[in-house]
Amino acid sequence: MSAEIGQFSLILALLLSVVQSSLPMIGAANGNRAWIAIAQPSALLLFGMIVLAFGALTQAFMVSDFSLSVVYQNSHSAKPMLYKITGVWGNHEGSMLLWVLILTGFGAAVAAFGHNLPPTLRARVLSVQAMITLGFLAFLIFTSNPFDRIFPAPLDGRDLNPLLQDPGLAFHPPMLYAGYVGFSIAFSFAVAALIEGKVDAAWARWVRPWTLAAWITLTAGIALGSWWAYYELGWGGWWFWDPVENVSFMPWLMGTALLHSAIVVEKRDSLKVWTILLAILTFSLSLIGTFVVRSGLLTSVHAFATDPERGLFILVLLAIAIGGSLLLFAIRAPSLTSGGLFSPISREGGLVLNNLLLTVGTSVVFVGTLGPLLLEATGTKISVGTPYYNAVFVPLMVPLVAVMAIGPMLPWKRAELGAVLSRLKFAGLMTIIAVLATAYLVDGGPVLAIAAVGFAVWLFVGALVEWADRIKLFRIPLGESVKRMTKLPRSAHGMTLAHAGMAIAIMGMTGSAAWKTEDIRIARPGDIIEVAGYSYRFDGMKSIQGPNYQAEQGSFIVTKDGEFVTELTPEKRLYPVQNMPTTEAAIHTNGLRDLYMAVGDSDGKGGWTVRIYHEPLVPWIWAGCLIMVLGGTFSLSDRRLRVGAPVRSKKWQAKSGTGQAGANA
Amino acid sequence: MTRKRRRLYMVGGGMLILATATALILTAFSDNIVLFCSPTDIQNKATCAKADIRLGGLVEEESLDRGADGVTVSFRVTDLSNSIPVTYKGILPDLFREGQGVVTEGTVNAEGVFVAREVLAKHDENYIPKEVSDALKASGNWHEETKDAKDY
Repeated sequence: MSAEIGQFSLILALLLSVVQSSLPMIGAANGNRAWIAIAQPSALLLFGMIVLAFGALTQAFMVSDFSLSVVYQNSHSAKPMLYKITGVWGNHEGSMLLWVLILTGFGAAVAAFGHNLPPTLRARVLSVQAMITLGFLAFLIFTSNPFDRIFPAPLDGRDLNPLLQDPGLAFHPPMLYAGYVGFSIAFSFAVAALIEGKVDAAWARWVRPWTLAAWITLTAGIALGSWWAYYELGWGGWWFWDPVENVSFMPWLMGTALLHSAIVVEKRDSLKVWTILLAILTFSLSLIGTFVVRSGLLTSVHAFATDPERGLFILVLLAIAIGGSLLLFAIRAPSLTSGGLFSPISREGGLVLNNLLLTVGTSVVFVGTLGPLLLEATGTKISVGTPYYNAVFVPLMVPLVAVMAIGPMLPWKRAELGAVLSRLKFAGLMTIIAVLATAYLVDGGPVLAIAAVGFAVWLFVGALVEWADRIKLFRIPLGESVKRMTKLPRSAHGMTLAHAGMAIAIMGMTGSAAWKTEDIRIARPGDIIEVAGYSYRFDGMKSIQGPNYQAEQGSFIVTKDGEFVTELTPEKRLYPVQNMPTTEAAIHTNGLRDLYMAVGDSDGKGGWTVRIYHEPLVPWIWAGCLIMVLGGTFSLSDRRLRVGAPVRSKKWQAKSGTGQAGANA
Repeated sequence: MTRKRRRLYMVGGGMLILATATALILTAFSDNIVLFCSPTDIQNKATCAKADIRLGGLVEEESLDRGADGVTVSFRVTDLSNSIPVTYKGILPDLFREGQGVVTEGTVNAEGVFVAREVLAKHDENYIPKEVSDALKASGNWHEETKDAKDY
């Protein structure tokens, strides 16, 4: 029964999105207030419908209603409740429903919290948002209906792919989708602004929090995904430059550029056309990402069962959305006036460089990901892997990291590079010390890795120095500094955190890429294996029974210099419903390094293949990402980002008038 | 600083970065890309026999042999017309099975044995790498039942 409710509300939502995508847009053009006013309640109602549908599907999964095809395909009555629920989006249909849920959720948020938006702009934004919803709802209903019944209903299901039965993956898709879809708001704002023909500082302030929110969740989503790959796949790696990873990375790179260029629009009323273009491109890349993952067009080691026919539908959607918005851009962009002037060496100049490097970096990833596909049309099959990205992407990011420490110190409009560099003397000194110390520690190790450590330290110390300068740390009494610190806008703290987090993540990536130790061998009970100073004693395997799997669990006692460190219990699991084996790695971390091990097959003579990794600094990657997310969240809570929020100084308010004047705080 | 000058700087800077990136991409493409070959291609095409390649096909039935040290495994990869012996040192992916699709990366040595550096896993038992299905189609051995379709 609940499935019929879900089906019905999906169809209602489709009809509603037709209304919402047309009437408010026409109303805004003709000045018809009643039609403009439709947008807000409609967006809320639309979200309500999708919540109902999503709830109905979740209920079907929870009670294991195998008369629904999607539940039968992806669930099993013996599965733990958590994975019954996460199974809702562990499949194509459900994940698309989640996508639409988040899409309408963002639309509802604009409707609910956008009190300060001019009514016509809000109507247009919600209208564009409804057009995207319309496309995806049509896709959902006509090609991948989650509420399809099968008759007669089977007795039990086929179970969820065991690799997906994992808490880390439970929250990876919602985060990633929230990021992808969050950029749709920036897109809708950009398209609405093109239609209105007006982009100003106020516009940038409306767009920035949404972009920031999307960026935060996308960062978290990508980090979760790579963390999952690290501990679940048992290969000891955390990033494979795989197409499926790349398509989530591209909107991240572009979104990061957008986040920075929107600052220039907000503060200096400059780079407007460019920012609009970035907003369109960022969401386009999100759409391409969805298309690639959902169509199975690209060969990926990450690919789960996919369906090319659905791909064609998304391809058409893609063509309409990207083609249409770029066409609109081409027609309307020239009419937007360009703003303030600045010299190449200035805050704006730094942000332009950031944007150039990030967009070029995105195109490099784009060529590496989709290039092979184009070449295939000419009959050559190639594959592009890690060496390509190491040779092209990494060199492009080096200047970005170098400038990241300098940029925030540059004043707007015009700057003296010498003055800024002299403020960074301390960071330079620390960098040299770090490079020498690293070189000593690793015995001259790979030169490039030592240089990377240097860049990370440069960025980290540079970010802290900028922050310390702003609160005049150690130059005025500490109490005064604390006072200044509390007065500093939250977005300033946020930036420091995000940049420092990036530095920490770079350290982690470098450490694990350059100084990882690996050992693969056959171990028999009683064997002692030495890896990177740690001894692993194999105490044998035992069989254990999980809720919906059987496992062989190994026991390894790890010691260092005779001292007990930990017991590692890697598992080899077999999920009988899908007859699928999986590897459960065992990981011990102390914050500076991970001990990582996985067991493979038995050789049939009492020995087991074991794989042991010593991964220095690897936890820093996720710690760094977490700090970036925290920085973003801190910045999001900045009152300046809430347009029309009370202005701090009364004097200032009197000077500049009331209401929307908050736009220039 | 006039508007024109500023634009000139920006365009110049953009061009410079773009040119660097293009140069990097082109050199990387000539050095780092990997051709995809089927067992038949290795016999017929000189480029496949020399360079670092990706080999795709099915793991031949009853060809898997775990070596004495237990870590080096050998098996044969076939497109059902031709097959080639492969050796690999390491743990095979969880879903590696005889009769199923596989993609490996490595080089063909002087004895005509493919030495794999990497055996790529897949995450779903119903999934056949597209290169593998294409290789099977090219050798005329693709049947719908080769792909173990979901039994609805």
